[in-house]
Amino acid sequence: MNDIHKLSGAYALDAVDEFERAQFERHLSECGDCRTETASLQETAALLSETTAVTPPPALRAAVLAGISQVRPIPPVRPTTTPRRRWLPLLVAASLLAVLGISAAIWQPWTPTGQGSLTAAEQVLSSQDAESVAVDLGAAGSATVTRSESMGLAVITTKDMAPAPSGKVFAIWLQNDEGAMIPAGLMPPGEDNQLVLDGDAAAATAAGITVEPEGGSPEPTTEPIALFDFSKAT
Amino acid sequence: MDHLKSVPAGEPSAEGTPAGAGPNSHLAELMQRSGRGDEGAFAELYDATSARAYGLALRVVRNPAHAEEVVQEAYLDAWRTSTRFDPARGSLMGWLLTIVHRKAVDRVRSAEAASARDEVYHRESQPTERDTTVEAAHTSLDAQRVRGAVAALTNVQREAVELAFLGGYTHTEVATMLEVPIGTAKTRIRDGLIRLRDALGVAS
Repeated sequence: MNDIHKLSGAYALDAVDEFERAQFERHLSECGDCRTETASLQETAALLSETTAVTPPPALRAAVLAGISQVRPIPPVRPTTTPRRRWLPLLVAASLLAVLGISAAIWQPWTPTGQGSLTAAEQVLSSQDAESVAVDLGAAGSATVTRSESMGLAVITTKDMAPAPSGKVFAIWLQNDEGAMIPAGLMPPGEDNQLVLDGDAAAATAAGITVEPEGGSPEPTTEPIALFDFSKAT
Repeated sequence: MDHLKSVPAGEPSAEGTPAGAGPNSHLAELMQRSGRGDEGAFAELYDATSARAYGLALRVVRNPAHAEEVVQEAYLDAWRTSTRFDPARGSLMGWLLTIVHRKAVDRVRSAEAASARDEVYHRESQPTERDTTVEAAHTSLDAQRVRGAVAALTNVQREAVELAFLGGYTHTEVATMLEVPIGTAKTRIRDGLIRLRDALGVAS
């Protein structure tokens, strides 16, 4: 049982670090119960401010009103329907890879907080319930996704990866159980890389790599060059 | 006692029972008008909410000048994103104070690098700050009700919630400060908030 749900209280009080915040917000996008609970806890937190109210200095009002007169409110968002594609649990077309090539460097995505000296990636790789799916890309190298369900995190490790085509990047995705592809990060250049995936890996059914224009895409624009089916993880 | 006027007339009961604070709440309506560029509506909104916004920011960042900056940034954000406020998803007060608190916490954490300088400032500015707070602290029925609910928490829950919310510490830091396992602080914060929520009748 993944206990990311229990972060609702700490999240509602902003008592999370940046990494947990991103992780939990990703979880919120997928868990209706947590959205409801978190919203109610944020309302509760707001009520706590009843006890700390203090009249601000009058100059603040003038500053606020002067500030807003110079900026317009941003336009409203229209609800959009994102087309969802479901990936077949197929592994790479090796021929495609030969064309693409892939490359490397060690990348430490962040420094961990309060967890001794282990990086987030190391914590995932050494976790009790770590399970991995490896994909051999032939001449283009290999990639392994390791997931810890209890931590809700996954790490992709590449070895001897050929570089992405010029002007392109390798984008990593997590697929949720509704088949939606959620951006999980971009591989930095380099052949031997390690990247902790953004998002709630515990809720994901698979991870994948696609080739995207530099800067990434909100959703995959090409077929995956590698797919990591978590149901086949060992 | 003119502080009491700062509590918006239409809002206290709505705030206490957010189920009824929906789309028709006065504050939400002011925010929607703000989204259409109505600066007068936003000024009214400021008058109705600024004591809680400023008091919260001041409590977290402690330095009055920093608190003013935090509040100013938060209101500017609220104005800019006013079209994104959705009354169906929560009260205006909840939405606004979430912005204020987030900014206050970010401020206090990023300021920690320069903490030595700040501590000196705090010591020097402390007497004034305290006087201002005492003078201007609001008393309202709602505040009493909230204090009652906070007092009804277990000691360990109250301690964890206050360190997190008013201290601006992460749950990991709270765990270290209280010398409990990380999961324990997280649980105390959540259990404490749920208990407050239920005691205050916030719809879940």
